[in-house]
Amino acid sequence: MGASGQSTALPPELAKLQEEIRAYAEKSGLDFFETIFEMVPSDTINSLAAQEGFPVRYPHWRFGMNYDQYSKGYEWGLQKIYEMVINTKPAYAYLMSSNSHVDQKTVMAHVYGHVDFFKNNYWFSKTNRKMLDSMANHAVRVRRYMDTHGQDEVENFIDLCLSLDNLIDPHMPFNTAANKTGAKESDPEVEVKAQEVGRLKNDRGYMEKFINPPEFIEAQKKKMASNAKQEQKFPNHPERDVMHFLMENAPIQDWQQDVLRMIREEAYYFLPQMQTKIMNEGWASYWHSEIMTKKALRDNEIIDFADHHAGVMAMQPGKVNPYKVGIELFRDIEDRWNRGRFGKEYEDCTDLKERQHWDKKLGLGRKKIFEVRKVCNDVTFIDQYLTPEFVDRFKLYTYEYNKRTGQHEIVDRNFKNVKERILSGLTNQGQPTISIVDGNFENRGEILLSHKHLGGDLDMKYARETMRSIFIMWTRPVHIETELEGRKRLFTYNQNHEFVAKD
Amino acid sequence: MIGGVKRDHARFRQIIRGKIKQDLKKYIQHSEMFGRKGKDVVSIPMPQIDIPRFRFGSNQGGVGQGEGEAGDPVPGQGNPGDEPGEGQQAGQNAGEHGLEVEFTLEELAEILGEELELPKIEPRGQKTLKSKVDRYTSISAEGPNSLRHFKRTFKEALKRQIASGLYDPDNPMILPIKKDMRYRSWKSDVKHENAAVIIYMMDVSGSMGDEQKEIVRTETFWINTWLKSQYKGVEARYIIHDATAKEVDEETFFRTRESGGTLISSAYKLCESIINADYPPSDWNIYPFHFSDGDNWSTEDTKVCIDLMKNSLLSKVNVFCYGQVDSRYGSGQFYKDLLEVFGPEAEEVILSRIENKDGILQSIKDFLGKGK
Repeated sequence: MGASGQSTALPPELAKLQEEIRAYAEKSGLDFFETIFEMVPSDTINSLAAQEGFPVRYPHWRFGMNYDQYSKGYEWGLQKIYEMVINTKPAYAYLMSSNSHVDQKTVMAHVYGHVDFFKNNYWFSKTNRKMLDSMANHAVRVRRYMDTHGQDEVENFIDLCLSLDNLIDPHMPFNTAANKTGAKESDPEVEVKAQEVGRLKNDRGYMEKFINPPEFIEAQKKKMASNAKQEQKFPNHPERDVMHFLMENAPIQDWQQDVLRMIREEAYYFLPQMQTKIMNEGWASYWHSEIMTKKALRDNEIIDFADHHAGVMAMQPGKVNPYKVGIELFRDIEDRWNRGRFGKEYEDCTDLKERQHWDKKLGLGRKKIFEVRKVCNDVTFIDQYLTPEFVDRFKLYTYEYNKRTGQHEIVDRNFKNVKERILSGLTNQGQPTISIVDGNFENRGEILLSHKHLGGDLDMKYARETMRSIFIMWTRPVHIETELEGRKRLFTYNQNHEFVAKD
Repeated sequence: MIGGVKRDHARFRQIIRGKIKQDLKKYIQHSEMFGRKGKDVVSIPMPQIDIPRFRFGSNQGGVGQGEGEAGDPVPGQGNPGDEPGEGQQAGQNAGEHGLEVEFTLEELAEILGEELELPKIEPRGQKTLKSKVDRYTSISAEGPNSLRHFKRTFKEALKRQIASGLYDPDNPMILPIKKDMRYRSWKSDVKHENAAVIIYMMDVSGSMGDEQKEIVRTETFWINTWLKSQYKGVEARYIIHDATAKEVDEETFFRTRESGGTLISSAYKLCESIINADYPPSDWNIYPFHFSDGDNWSTEDTKVCIDLMKNSLLSKVNVFCYGQVDSRYGSGQFYKDLLEVFGPEAEEVILSRIENKDGILQSIKDFLGKGK
């Protein structure tokens, strides 16, 4: 790729280290795409990070803003990007040229963990592995639209699309029916039959009321009518993929539809990474730790490695570090399956002492964590494998906002509550769950959104601006049903750009 | 920086500039928030610009880690710059992150000029300030190899060979010797620039409170910024006065507070003598700015001031600016007196009344809007 025109290939001594780490990773059972490491100076790494890892993106100010912040953070010594890897085949990973060898080795081991995860985790199974090309392709298309329609107009539209890019359906990639494009075609024969409402053939008039009892026909008619009504509903079912709905139905121009399509595609590409943050980082950290401490570390590197590893894993008081939770949960699972601390027999055991010393010497740990990394995402990972002992050991607690003191305060350390809290935070990647329930609300061609309230209120200031984005594309008022401080409310962004609330 | 990001970064800067323009009034009033970075760069804090998305409100509960009893506050609060750690809330507080953007004073002046539609100043007087600019437009027979002019060198060699009859057109072999070597070299261009001096005068008597001084400080920042963008070399002198006037440095100018009475003429006299001593009007663009709350000791003294302006100062300066910062104690009479004498349309005198912080923007426009 040679982003800056210089060679970014690894120098020979690092290439040799890469071979070494790669061999260890393979031997440990990691199964990864070919991984190309590039050595780049800090400024390039900041640029790449600003563009979410990709060397070519469509023109947009936010990449410039990201760059501004990364480069300042680096300059001021506040943050440093150690590693970056992108989910493509082959995978690309960047090493910062100013890092020490022990850091580079750690990063390599960490990266092989990520790439193994990308390749094998189920939630990544539908991602576009040629995203490097797609991103470059998007860049060309957007630039062309900018040439034709002007930079401001296209960029403004991109801003609108981006404000909706969390309104997609996380299950869509796995829903084969939804993937088939085109609505159900209506079959004329079926429609004729429908009018017959299940009436049986009858040649003798006097038998009619026995063969086709009026009550039955009536019931059938009602059922048909309700079915027909369902069909008329638009969309048929609540639609999570608001971007898709607008793409198909909003009165926008072809180029706008294409921009919307590109941004949606990119949003789906990044989705699995949001769904597996804890696992992905935990898995990669587990493996860099395994490979480094058991194999790759030289004697004189131990202190530096320990220092940096501890820095990444550090838990600040009051915060939960996904790297730490991830790695410890994997280690915990491995330990439990090695010792057989799972299943009915173990769960039913109430003797604390016996539980503590439970060891059936099963040795199933390694196998189990490989299985977990294959099938889980963060939600199922926490749901299935978080244990009361774990919550206890890592001193997790729940907190709530106290209106009176204006502070977040610790509530309790109850396992059930902690787990529920973590899960509700992970649901829908921590984003509000919102769908379009009606595209022809009150028969006025207005959109009705519904927010599935799972405990968190929406930030209405942001909701207003987001609904404005939909309004601009849809050109008709937009409503949202939500719950605010325990009350059901309906908010409307109307034709006069006003935002009004109703109970 | 890779190409695309460079372009996006420029675009981002453009958007930031737009934001600053939009809220220029706010930024002008609060220029004390600006951080100075070196001589010519300021960093301006501003709210993060972000893409609006549906998101949860702040003040949500969550999961934390560490010691503590029920009811204890979660540590690390009140520091919105920190990510809340747990994946669930990542990005939730993104809107509270501040941006720090850096601008050179020149860029700032440009923004100010564009937004307030300030005309460029037509300098007067001779261009007496000399500045040297080196340009590599010349050729020399001596120099470092890195600057060797290949073509010229061979031309010289060719000339020499032809002149000495060594040149054979059938076998054109040209060998430069040391004498033929030519090097790129520089020429010094002397540029003549206009020089300018700003003479700030301020009433530091008791009736000028902190708020008034803050306004003056803000105004001087923007006046400096603008005039520096218009002239290559700008000097600034500072005079404070109550019943007597003295010249001070910038620091003292804003810090001093006296309790005496007010004789404005003392400052004008000092201003005149500074001009006479150091700034011949034929060579300098001169900008006296006087700020007070409009109280003068006596009508007698006001008359002295007006005479001084009419007979001496106004003929020497580009424009004389008087800014009256209203205070609770000031009568504001001086403004009225000047207005009576010079009228609102005076060419060489600009009067501006600044009622409070909100008036700063308009006042800057008053002062600089005439292109003097």
